[in-house]
Amino acid sequence: MKKTVIAVLLGILALLALVMFLNLRGESDIHDAPPPASPAGNAVARGAYLVRVGNCMGCHTERGGAAFAGGRAIDTPFGTIYSTNLTPHRTTGLGEWTPSDFWRALHHGRARDGSLLYPAFPYPDYTHVTRADADAMHAYLRTLPAIDRTNTAHRLRWPYSTQAALAVWRALYFAPGAPPQDTARSAEWNRGAYLVRGLGHCGACHSPRNALGATSDMMDLSGGVIPMQNWYAPSLSSPAEAGVADWELPQIEALLRTGVAVRGTVLGPMAEVVLQSTQYLSPPDLRAMSVFLKSLPQASTGTAPAATARVAPAVAERGARLYGERCAQCHGERGQGIAGAYPALAGNRAVNLGVTANLVQVVLNGGFAPATQGHPRPFGMPPFALVLSDADVAALLSYVRSAWGNQAGPVDELTVSRQRGGTGS
Amino acid sequence: MYAPGRTCRVGRARASRSGGIVLQILKRYFCSLFATAALAAMAAPAFEDSMAQRVMACTACHGPSGRAGPDGYYPRLAGKPAGYLYNQLLNFHEGRRRYGLMAGLLDPLSNAYMMEIAEHFASLDVPYPPPSPSRAPAAVLERGRQLAVDGDAATKVPACVSCHGPALTGVLPAAPGLLGLPRDYINAQLGAWRGGQRRAHEPDCMGPIARQLTPGDVTAVAAWLASQPLPAHAKPAAAQARTSTVQCGTAPLPAGGPRP
Repeated sequence: MKKTVIAVLLGILALLALVMFLNLRGESDIHDAPPPASPAGNAVARGAYLVRVGNCMGCHTERGGAAFAGGRAIDTPFGTIYSTNLTPHRTTGLGEWTPSDFWRALHHGRARDGSLLYPAFPYPDYTHVTRADADAMHAYLRTLPAIDRTNTAHRLRWPYSTQAALAVWRALYFAPGAPPQDTARSAEWNRGAYLVRGLGHCGACHSPRNALGATSDMMDLSGGVIPMQNWYAPSLSSPAEAGVADWELPQIEALLRTGVAVRGTVLGPMAEVVLQSTQYLSPPDLRAMSVFLKSLPQASTGTAPAATARVAPAVAERGARLYGERCAQCHGERGQGIAGAYPALAGNRAVNLGVTANLVQVVLNGGFAPATQGHPRPFGMPPFALVLSDADVAALLSYVRSAWGNQAGPVDELTVSRQRGGTGS
Repeated sequence: MYAPGRTCRVGRARASRSGGIVLQILKRYFCSLFATAALAAMAAPAFEDSMAQRVMACTACHGPSGRAGPDGYYPRLAGKPAGYLYNQLLNFHEGRRRYGLMAGLLDPLSNAYMMEIAEHFASLDVPYPPPSPSRAPAAVLERGRQLAVDGDAATKVPACVSCHGPALTGVLPAAPGLLGLPRDYINAQLGAWRGGQRRAHEPDCMGPIARQLTPGDVTAVAAWLASQPLPAHAKPAAAQARTSTVQCGTAPLPAGGPRP
């Protein structure tokens, strides 16, 4: 009996040691001198660019708040995380952070005080960023106006609110990384891989997540539902979703630079990414990212549309009538669209996705493509949340997904109903 | 609405006029696609490469001159001062006014484009409908008139006319007209200001004014404003020497963007 207790205790101790080891592996001591008062201009400019590439401002700025001062609420299945103040304010921001502190946050996911950071901050991706790039970003952030905004405490449910839970999560799913290197590939491809897997943190949305919010393989980019947002980031490795293996390189670049391309338009969270980040990529970086994305191995499956499910004739009739009344004026009587303004719906991959979240989003809430420098005056789609019922939207989308050669499954009323809400007041 | 059989011709003509090479390529691509698919004879939507076409996302709800919807009134946009409309777009964009659909639509837009949208609506000249007769008692309407035209010195409420123009049709560049709006909408906006759900750039001049009004005052001034016919010249007055000491915040114009 006594032996069993000792064995169990030893086992627990060993597990604790293992979790601790896995959390701290690869870290070196923080032994920096205090940050230099005025960092070299070149590093600052490069840092500003890299901070754009990582779209740090997107999450670290509250609606209407000071840039980089944090406070934006990020809803997760485990509670709400609030982004933090990145400005160099001494007590409420990163004023006391040394380049090594900043590097450890990016590379190891630990804050200056040593506490473990939640992976809503995408350090599982940023861990691939080089030390030199991290230092440049830090140098840039130090030049921002110091904003006195105290960080908002996260509101997470137990046990997710504990450092212990985070330590176990990290032991299971996080390992510090290094810039991806494939010597068999070109320098351009490697640069693209570095941008996509590192600062671009494309996998944070475009990879599936398990029940504990971990992306199964950070690099697979096979599409994922963005937690709590009701948007689906389509697979970049499926020709049926958002794979670009058969696109011309300039078209991929155009999509990332302007938000629109002949074969697709970005909407929703990706519109924000293009608006705030990828439109500012340098031409060589745009090319590199496109080369990498084009090279991704294409799975044949993706999310298979439920092509066998038939749309009931009454539903199809209702959908066709609504389409004629509400949609045909812009998208055309046969879903052909207007080139340069309104996407064709016939044969549109976004229309035929197995996950219908984005379609429902667009019909309920409308939207614009991002107003980028390369495409400054986008056309808009009106919201229909206030004029179409759940059954209307379901019938309309079921019709669109089965008309003009489209062969995707119907959308049911419950799916629409679940996605409704969030229209504010 | 539709121009059957003209897809390719319309597309090319417009592309060459607009001169956009990308657009032209896009249009050619789709035209040839349609031709090979033998769909050239199908109906094509009447399409204009115009601002009116671009902002159909706005007019679907707001209509040409404002419209009642299931969750409130979507006010008229036509003819309001561009500076006012731009400020409101930024207010939704930056969370000083809260309405999810508006914020979501504006999220991907640039300040320069929002200014262009504001200027588009400001340039429209849409006739106003006659006001609906008020059922409010004469005393209430008189209190409303008094507040609008004279203000209330005792409670330090300035007259509406002191900022919104002698004819209450607004003042350039950013003070909106107050006529041609339904009573419930004016009521709701003053209520929102009192409760902090509607805010503007600092100094947010309407906030303290609205909080100074009693609920009875709000009812009275909304009833009176909504019952007034528009004058023959319904456009906002030119910017003028201010007769009021009230200071109102407004947005700086977007860098490199169009000017009102």
